[in-house]
Amino acid sequence: MRALTWHGTHDVRVDTVDDPEIINPRDAILKITSTAICGSDLHLYDGVIPGVLPGDVLGHEFMGEVVETGSDSTLKKGQRVVVPFTISCGGCFHCQIKQFSACENSNPVEKQDMSATLYGHPMAALFGYSHLTGGYSGGQAEYVRVPFSDVGPIVIPDHLEDEKVLFLSDILPTGWMGAENAEIQPDDTVAVWGCGPVGLFAIQSAIVMGASKVIAIDHYTHRLELAKQLGAEIIDFHKTDVREALMEMSGGIGCDAVIDAVGMEAHGFAIDNMIDIAKQKVGIGADRASALKQAILAVRPGGRVSIPGVYGGMTDKFPLGALMEKGLQVRSGQTHVQRYTKDLLEKIEDGTLDTTFLISHRLPLEDAARGYKCFREEQDNWTKVILKPGMERGPAA
Amino acid sequence: MNEQRNLGLAGTVTGVALAIGGAAFAGFLAKRHKGGSDDAPLFTRKRPGTENPIVGRTVTIRKPRAELYAFWRDFQNLPDFMENLESIRADGDAHIWTIKAPAGQTVELRTEIVQEVKDQTIAWRSVKNSDIATNGEVTFADAPGDRGTRVSLVMFYDPPAGKLGRAIATLFQREPKAQARHDLKRFKMLMETGEIATSAHTRDATRKAKQQETER
Ligand SMILES: NC(=O)c1ccc[n+]([C@@H]2O[C@H](COP(=O)([O-])OP(=O)(O)OC[C@H]3O[C@@H](n4cnc5c(N)ncnc54)[C@H](O)[C@@H]3O)[C@@H](O)[C@H]2O)c1
Ligand SMILES: [Zn+2]
Ligand SMILES: [Zn+2]
Repeated sequence: MRALTWHGTHDVRVDTVDDPEIINPRDAILKITSTAICGSDLHLYDGVIPGVLPGDVLGHEFMGEVVETGSDSTLKKGQRVVVPFTISCGGCFHCQIKQFSACENSNPVEKQDMSATLYGHPMAALFGYSHLTGGYSGGQAEYVRVPFSDVGPIVIPDHLEDEKVLFLSDILPTGWMGAENAEIQPDDTVAVWGCGPVGLFAIQSAIVMGASKVIAIDHYTHRLELAKQLGAEIIDFHKTDVREALMEMSGGIGCDAVIDAVGMEAHGFAIDNMIDIAKQKVGIGADRASALKQAILAVRPGGRVSIPGVYGGMTDKFPLGALMEKGLQVRSGQTHVQRYTKDLLEKIEDGTLDTTFLISHRLPLEDAARGYKCFREEQDNWTKVILKPGMERGPAA
Repeated sequence: MNEQRNLGLAGTVTGVALAIGGAAFAGFLAKRHKGGSDDAPLFTRKRPGTENPIVGRTVTIRKPRAELYAFWRDFQNLPDFMENLESIRADGDAHIWTIKAPAGQTVELRTEIVQEVKDQTIAWRSVKNSDIATNGEVTFADAPGDRGTRVSLVMFYDPPAGKLGRAIATLFQREPKAQARHDLKRFKMLMETGEIATSAHTRDATRKAKQQETER
């Protein structure tokens, strides 16, 4: 089959690789109909997440048709399903308390030591996302093997087209959990850093949850425009003193909750961020946390800090004092996708949530490498890229 | 090295009630008690520079104690999650373990059960003239609330001298701690999910398939 494979920093290619096979009884094989490139994939593309090996198939946002099932799968051939990017067994302690992204059994035993050393505990497995999280082949491919197919995949009714439901795999629940972790109350002023797909869905979710004001921060005009259309007030951080603006916009109180939807590759020219960029370049693994640092200073005392943005290592000059002295609550994590899929599917069906407004490009899988390049280099206009294995390759557009 | 070690292992690990007969094992534990002054449970205490590996670990498994005990007590099941084991078969009261050794060889090991308390503990040791002197104990204790069962495994190996001995030693001692931890985690996976997770993409790329490949 054809699949997008990683070969090194800024080097991904569509190669021919082996077709996946059923290995364990609860497995299923999907024929991919739609898959997307995520901001998290850019961290792999930029080489800032350890444990990715040449030849690894990327992609953790995908859906497709069931073509093969293991003896213990509950799926049926021909069903259309969306698959959560977090692989969860459903039977361990963490799965039982719905902390699916902390599943104890999905990351193969021999791969657990790496993340256990780094983080003190092994991580759960994710699709197409480094051997730290299992080294499972991803879904930017024609076919994918889905373990624990009786737990994760959600069956999609025929009348809902792919583009409406594809983002149930990650960014919609991620934005939603980002807002939920901010514990939004009706009179709240909420600020969201980053108007990428995750930030945009966090903004939409915060509004649905009843925040009185949502403020979106980015430096891309088109992305800020999308945030505005959702009902947010906007701040271009290149032109504006963000902290000054946020204080005024929240009546001198500070934001009740802040959401970091930027993650470890924050842009910006703050001096500590430039030092972190230099460190990341020479590979000593500093996360660039300038958005998070700004968010911690902007949130009011006693406020909530939600971090859906991905971090992988250490960071320098973290405002620990502000965190403690202001008495902040912090919540973070890879999304517990399985916890949200059913409710969010309903919200898509009844029109509470719009999932298609941010799609900017649709490409055949064969053009995936170009998709990565443009999604990284022309972020403002390439807001979200969908890849279709079945799509004809047209004239380069 | 090959002389009989009259090792007996009884009692539970979690209760720190180990009654030891064998010189090496007992000596080791004695040193451990003396030298290991930290607060970790017995077998996870800091103790650098010890030669013969005694390894141990605890995992919590979301299954009833009796179910886990029954699965383990049927020794033929152990190779399902213990990586270096090819098979275990019963021979009267004893068990014959076939262990994979490098270069396609296998080593046989005969063990007898030295202690068992239903739904709580199983301890075994190799009988005399085994290629490898080994003993082990697994204990099962209720975890709080509905969290299932805490399963602790302690194992001790003393491989024979000579070339084969060294090969086996590498097999077991390369990372003895990792080995015990990995075996227990595979046991957990098998019990909680019915299968052992693999990120292999095709059947011939699984760890098991590859191992059989290199052993041929
Ligand atoms: N927690 C999870 O489970 C989960 C799931 C998916 C994605 N993520 C993470 O969420 C983050 C965002 O994902 P995405 O797909 O939206 O990525 P993206 O790269 O498309 O968007 C990031 C946005 O942040 C903006 N930004 C950069 N620096 C900024 C700063 N200092 N202040 C304000 N905005 C800034 C960028 O201009 C960009 O628009 C990534 O780190 C991704 O890995 C987490
Ligand atoms: Zn993603
Ligand atoms: Zn689990």
